Amino acid sequence: MRFVFKTNYDQDIRLFKHSGQVFWYGLLIAALLVAPSLVDEYVMSQLHFILIYSIVGLGLMLLVGFTGQISLGHAAFLAIGAYTEALLQARGVPFVISLPCAALFSAMLGFILGLPALRLKGIYLAIATLAFNVIVEEVITRWESLTGGNTGQHLKPIVIFGYSLASDAAFYYLCLALTILSILAMMNLLRSPTGRAFVAIRDSEISASCMGVNLAKYKTLSFAISAALTGIGGALYAHKVTFISPEQFTLLQSIELVTIVILGGVGSLHGAVLGAAFLIVLPQLISIAKDYLPGNVAGSGLQAVVFGVVLIGFIVFEPLGLYGRWLKVRTWFELFPFYRKGMFRRQKSYMKSERLR
Amino acid sequence: MSFFRVEKLGIRFGGVVAVDDVSFEVKRGEVYTIIGPNGAGKTTIFNLIGLIYPASSGRIVFEDQDLTGLAQHRVAELGIARTFQNIELFEHATVLQNLLIGRHRHRSTSLWEEMLFTGSVRRAEIAQREAVEKVIDLLDLAHYRDSRVAGLPYGVRKVIELGRALASEPRLLLLDEPSSGLNPEETDEMAFWIEDIKKGLGVTVLMVEHDMNLVSRVSDRVLALSEGRVIAEGTPAEVQSHPAVIEAYLGGAAVSPPLSPPLSASS
Repeated sequence: MRFVFKTNYDQDIRLFKHSGQVFWYGLLIAALLVAPSLVDEYVMSQLHFILIYSIVGLGLMLLVGFTGQISLGHAAFLAIGAYTEALLQARGVPFVISLPCAALFSAMLGFILGLPALRLKGIYLAIATLAFNVIVEEVITRWESLTGGNTGQHLKPIVIFGYSLASDAAFYYLCLALTILSILAMMNLLRSPTGRAFVAIRDSEISASCMGVNLAKYKTLSFAISAALTGIGGALYAHKVTFISPEQFTLLQSIELVTIVILGGVGSLHGAVLGAAFLIVLPQLISIAKDYLPGNVAGSGLQAVVFGVVLIGFIVFEPLGLYGRWLKVRTWFELFPFYRKGMFRRQKSYMKSERLR
Repeated sequence: MSFFRVEKLGIRFGGVVAVDDVSFEVKRGEVYTIIGPNGAGKTTIFNLIGLIYPASSGRIVFEDQDLTGLAQHRVAELGIARTFQNIELFEHATVLQNLLIGRHRHRSTSLWEEMLFTGSVRRAEIAQREAVEKVIDLLDLAHYRDSRVAGLPYGVRKVIELGRALASEPRLLLLDEPSSGLNPEETDEMAFWIEDIKKGLGVTVLMVEHDMNLVSRVSDRVLALSEGRVIAEGTPAEVQSHPAVIEAYLGGAAVSPPLSPPLSASS
């Protein structure tokens, strides 16, 4: 077990708390950098999706895990990012401009969706965001003159300053760079006053407000940042699949995105990436397993059933998600043989003030 | 110019008049305590000052600024901090993070600077931590600095909440029953801290409290409420022996010699 002996304030602030973290994250980044030359085309494609969904997961994690606002409408922001990118590219706008536009436009709509969040909580907010998802999906389907409706939109490979990113490796490095930048931006935000205000809103709105946190401002801000990241993810997604149509951005997609957050572990940035990886890898595992299962079990409904069971299993047995599980395993090794079973048990908060609700 | 005053403050919930025509004035640098039996409207007055409830009538004036009609978060920005009777901490954050939230009104960095974590953000963060560390020293919280609030005992949480309010460097501190749920030693410590806050930091304290030992030890003046109305105001001794106060606590028939002094025990 490692004890960090703090002798100055900077040690509380810096991103890497000790040299061990620098080593392991450095190793991870090195492995990711050389990955294109080691893995085949199929694995590469899965890595694309994991990185894209990581960015989306980070956005949703900020909103759900750190600000405590639920959203069942994030597929709408994915769609908005994807369509903004597709339509701007079709009109000849270069990628370095269209990507920020996709993020900005998503952020604007995120801000608008944040406004009802000022009055709604919990399940009611979930319903409102769900309605937003349905509205956006419907608008994209019906507004055929702009979006092409159900005919969808085709995208060409990304070109940055005359250099084409048509190859898998080039697109991979773009996704990787954007993912790392997103993670850094989130980490920076969470260790500064804005991030603390988000967490304060999550834990107790009433005392956040009494400490001078402007609830309206920070809730809408959280929605906007979350939507911007999802919009960036959407733009990359559009380029990855090269063809987008409204049925890719349904409520089911939104629920899958929330699954990333819950499986990964609510309230951790690691969780967003782990959840995304899990969401992409699980269907592959299921399709491998299908080869060994009798025909009547390996039907098309198998994936939905497995997803449901996994989700319920996590909520019941591991509410902290994959990251929580990893923390336990790590602590077990660090403290061996002194790990106790109840170490991570969550305490019921008692004496919560009821009279202000 | 008065430091803080409440003028003819009132609020009704449906047919219930919770606070009725209450006026008082707090002088700079004093400890002013509101007492009264359960349901007298003490915490309601705090919630009115914090703009958690909109006042039905009256004004709340802090350094010549009328609070009524402002947005809720503006109260803290003006320099009024509060604690809650039943503790409202950020459960899933560490003690240090809780205290840093108290510094929210002293933030100076913009969103873009924070995302890039520029040098100015780093310097601001270090300055915030230095300020918080002073509060940690004062309240003796160093031992708990990096622990999560969710696992800490009640008495410690109570102190953390006081610390969070102090971290905002308030000019007026509202304490809602600082001794509730504390054992006698912890209450004793709380009394020392309130005196420290008043004398050492020069912060004016407005407090709601039941424990009459604590009240008479730290308060400069006391206001007694009953059923939303002011029934007495003065020094702790004056208010304790006021006939209307005795009647409010013990009922009209009980005003007879054997029962005095009636308020020496905590209720």
